[in-house]
Amino acid sequence: MTDSEGGPELPEGDGPQGATQGDGPLVVVENVNKYFGELHVLKDINLTVDRGEVVVVIGPSGGGKSTLCRSINRLEPIDGGRILVDGQELPEEGKDLARLRADVGMVFQSFNLFAHKTILENVTLGPTKVRKQGKQESEKHALELLDRVGIANQAQKYPAQLSGGQQQRAAIARSLAMRPKVMLFDEPTSALDPEMVNEVLDVMTGLAAEGMTMIVVTHEMGFARRAARKVVFMAEGQIVEENTPDEFFTNARTDRARDFLSKILTH
Amino acid sequence: MFDFGPFFDNIDLILEGFWATVRLAAAAAVLSFILGTVLASFRVAPIPVLRTFGTAYVNVVRNTPLTLVLLFCSFGLNDVLAMRLSGNSSTSYYWWAVFGLSAYTAAFVCEALRSGINTVPLGQAEAARSIGLTFTQSLRIIVLPQAFRAVIAPLGSVLIAMIKNTTVAAAASYAEAALVMKTILDAPSFTSGAIPLFIGVAVGFMILTLPTGFFFGWLHKRMAVAR
Repeated sequence: MTDSEGGPELPEGDGPQGATQGDGPLVVVENVNKYFGELHVLKDINLTVDRGEVVVVIGPSGGGKSTLCRSINRLEPIDGGRILVDGQELPEEGKDLARLRADVGMVFQSFNLFAHKTILENVTLGPTKVRKQGKQESEKHALELLDRVGIANQAQKYPAQLSGGQQQRAAIARSLAMRPKVMLFDEPTSALDPEMVNEVLDVMTGLAAEGMTMIVVTHEMGFARRAARKVVFMAEGQIVEENTPDEFFTNARTDRARDFLSKILTH
Repeated sequence: MFDFGPFFDNIDLILEGFWATVRLAAAAAVLSFILGTVLASFRVAPIPVLRTFGTAYVNVVRNTPLTLVLLFCSFGLNDVLAMRLSGNSSTSYYWWAVFGLSAYTAAFVCEALRSGINTVPLGQAEAARSIGLTFTQSLRIIVLPQAFRAVIAPLGSVLIAMIKNTTVAAAASYAEAALVMKTILDAPSFTSGAIPLFIGVAVGFMILTLPTGFFFGWLHKRMAVAR
């Protein structure tokens, strides 16, 4: 965690970067509605994420958590309301949207590393093709990031040769290589074998401690307690409760949340 | 009846025919792969006009007999409309044969590639977009390379079919191996040895197509993407 070059205040002028720019909230979700056909998956969602804040979204499956997460970089277009990232409303599909996505890191449940490229190539691809950064500089930064997530020795391998935990850490490094303003995690540990969950959570906890703005959809209650500043409980497409982790886990305000917690925390 | 004498008497002519076949096939291979890739990109593009064009092209061209396509090129475009591609008439016919055959084969390349695109998990494109690649970049850098690798063997079959389809260019006044064979057969001096001639020409095609099939099969295994 001593990656001084990964910080937000880099000297290179390679694109907008850094959680220190501007001062309003970093992500604003306003009255967002979304339908999958007849199904109303997001119902009037309002959420504000401040700079450096870690928000954990939990709740039962099918409650709209992932959809909300994916709508923040417009992998899912919304049907109503608006979403702002760093004060800018999400543009329509096209070059502007690509530019915005470059500033929003995303980590997927199924890793989605580029299968035909080595780990190192996976991490350098964005910086070279999107940020137009030099190859040497990109590789140096990529190796630092891979070292930081503990898999520098796997740099020349292909994704399929790595364990799930290693792949997910590589995917986090790939996102970090873009020096994102905010990172979205869509159930990053749900596809992992139990013994690999912690190696990924450790990396995420480290990021949170360094002040990265993060929105994390997860079922890992331990991580939520440890790293989150805010817990958002979602069910049936609505935000049912927004609370601090301590309050939420010991003294949830809503019945729906208490019911959910009683089902997952009793064993 | 199985006297290979007449075959070897005409071996120079036949080899010349095969050389013409190879030149036609090589040019059409390159051009049809490029055109087929462009068409496949159209068919998955987010712009409806491009998708419609791609679909219409494939359905029209794939369902038109190749003989018609090539006759349209040689007699229709070259002769009737006088769209000459070269001052030399045989060169002009050659290029029309290349274009006609490529336009036809591209439809099959496109469909093979499109099924390859369908083997690439959606998450690959989502990850590509999430790091800020544009649609074209993600297609070119992430999706198409994986799609190609998934369909190398089927593309080999398309290529083999195309090599054999060069014989149809005979209909478009292009003197490749099959036309040479027919010329030899039709000559009044030719009285016996038709079967050996057929066998010889068939073996000639196999010499071209068998290694193509083996090579693409080998390449398919070598380039497979592990998931």
